[in-house]
Amino acid sequence: MSGLPPWLEVVVRAVAVLAAFLVLPLLVGQTEHKVMAHMQGRLGPMYAGGFHGWAQLVADGVKFVQKEDITPAKADRWAFRLAPFVALIPYLMALAVIPLSPTVVGADVDASVVLVLAVIGVGVIGTLMAGWASANKYSLLGAMRAAAQLVSYELPMVLAVASVALAAGSLSLVSIAEAWKPWWLLWQLPGAIVFLVAALAELQRPPFDMPLADSEIVFGAFTEYTGLRFAFFLLAEYAGIVVMSLLFAVLYLGGWSGPFEQWLGWLWTLLKGFLVAVVVIWLRVSWPRMREDQLQRLAWVWLVPIALLQLALTAVGVVMTS
Amino acid sequence: MGDGILPGLVKGLATTAKSLTRHTHTAEYPDVSPALPPRSRGVIALTEENCTSCMLCARECPDWCIYIDSHKEELPPTTPGGRARQRNVLDRFAIDFSLCMYCGICIEVCPFDALHWSPEFEYAELDIRDLLHEKDRLGAWMATVPAPPALDPGSADPAEVTAAAKPPRAAGAAGGTRGAGAAVRPTRVRKEATPAPAGTTTPPTTDATRSTTDSTPSTATAPSTETAPTATPRPATPAAEQTRVMPAVERTAAFPVVEQPPVTPPADGAEAEQAADQAAAHGDSTQVLPTVSTDSAAPTERTDEEGRE
Repeated sequence: MSGLPPWLEVVVRAVAVLAAFLVLPLLVGQTEHKVMAHMQGRLGPMYAGGFHGWAQLVADGVKFVQKEDITPAKADRWAFRLAPFVALIPYLMALAVIPLSPTVVGADVDASVVLVLAVIGVGVIGTLMAGWASANKYSLLGAMRAAAQLVSYELPMVLAVASVALAAGSLSLVSIAEAWKPWWLLWQLPGAIVFLVAALAELQRPPFDMPLADSEIVFGAFTEYTGLRFAFFLLAEYAGIVVMSLLFAVLYLGGWSGPFEQWLGWLWTLLKGFLVAVVVIWLRVSWPRMREDQLQRLAWVWLVPIALLQLALTAVGVVMTS
Repeated sequence: MGDGILPGLVKGLATTAKSLTRHTHTAEYPDVSPALPPRSRGVIALTEENCTSCMLCARECPDWCIYIDSHKEELPPTTPGGRARQRNVLDRFAIDFSLCMYCGICIEVCPFDALHWSPEFEYAELDIRDLLHEKDRLGAWMATVPAPPALDPGSADPAEVTAAAKPPRAAGAAGGTRGAGAAVRPTRVRKEATPAPAGTTTPPTTDATRSTTDSTPSTATAPSTETAPTATPRPATPAAEQTRVMPAVERTAAFPVVEQPPVTPPADGAEAEQAADQAAAHGDSTQVLPTVSTDSAAPTERTDEEGRE
């Protein structure tokens, strides 16, 4: 990369991040199709693309593009149309700063942990915009639930990440992953669990899909969306899984540490992230949706205290070892 | 959060993980044809040659979805001085599968094994009216009918086998051992056929002559409807007589007399003898079949020898 002129390097990096942003969510989505199907004793898509339906999501994309883009008459047009992008772009930015290895990273930012957490929090604004602008009660309810959920789960998540950052003594994802040692798996285990649960909740994935709850409020904030804009919301969800899984791999699983990490480091990060994504899918298949009050209770009664305890434990560990 | 939740969550994870490793239950139907159990009720196939248009199936059908048209045909006597016989010729046999409820009563009730269950099920149509299938289509399905299931070990012999094993009547000196039926039958039948004219009791002969006059001479398809109206006084009471004369055995016997090699149903010697006797006695058994059809032309076609005049 260093041999290129700066502007070309920027273009190359941007294109690479965009490519990853478009490919990885589809990969996760296809994995979800297949893993979920087999967990339910089905086969999942088998036709699109010929081999075990590998092109199902491409076909879905083509279908979404062909659909009519409807804006409800009473909708707040600009907010309604802008919302999918507000939901989607934060994850693109987050993906840009998550390192696959010390060298394979879209943009190496100093306080990348802070940037990622801040940017992910913006995503919910898109959901809120969509819910409010749709002029639909279900949409509004869904958006309110999404906002309440984000407020509740952002705190334990930040606390859990703060614990890792404290342990590594850095706010840079690259430095954290490099400071990681295998015994952190045990040391940071409570924090890791809190992070995973909170990440699921932020992504509004089952069992935390109260904001979508299609048996109660149709499809929450996305009820009125059709075609490509709806597809963007779905893409945002799967991009979110990619971002959260990679973040988990970098923060808690040591990222690129593994055999031949000089050459294959990026592969290890991707594999670990993929593993986490499979777990996310697994949880979705296995568990029922939580009720709104259970959801809030879990955050405030369990996750926040556990995250605080983890922070204290980390602090003790850091003081003892230094 | 209650106490029972965590074990439940773990159980859920274990269940899904377990089924992930197992085989799926998906039937890849259009690509892989399903393994159907024996005696699957897919479609009803017709062996046209076995059908005598006796109408039993059409009458027993709970939703009246079987349509049968037939006419009578004169068969010349097989021996000089013999009596001409009549038989029914099937013109139309159709089953409306949009009405059929696959109860199988028609198949159960058919005395001549003309109807069979076929496991074939891929005959969906875009228009419900296209589900009315005529006899050529029903006959094409015969190729898909599986062989009948084997008998249980230790079960009794089927009826036709025990009948064939029975010693022939004392008069029939030829052969007489079991299993010789096929070789012996023609001679025996001819022997039976000859006494019929010799008997010369008046009623059968008059019946025969009468039937020759009004029923259509041999050309299969067309004219039964044409001739029928001319000779249809619409008698009031023949129904009781019709049903009386119906027994199936007589009718199986009618065929060997006629000597139609491919058509002969597998009635063995003894039965055939008996039946031929009865046929000779009644004389008119074959003529009585009512050709009820659901078409508009049906009533005119109802030729009925006994009630007339």
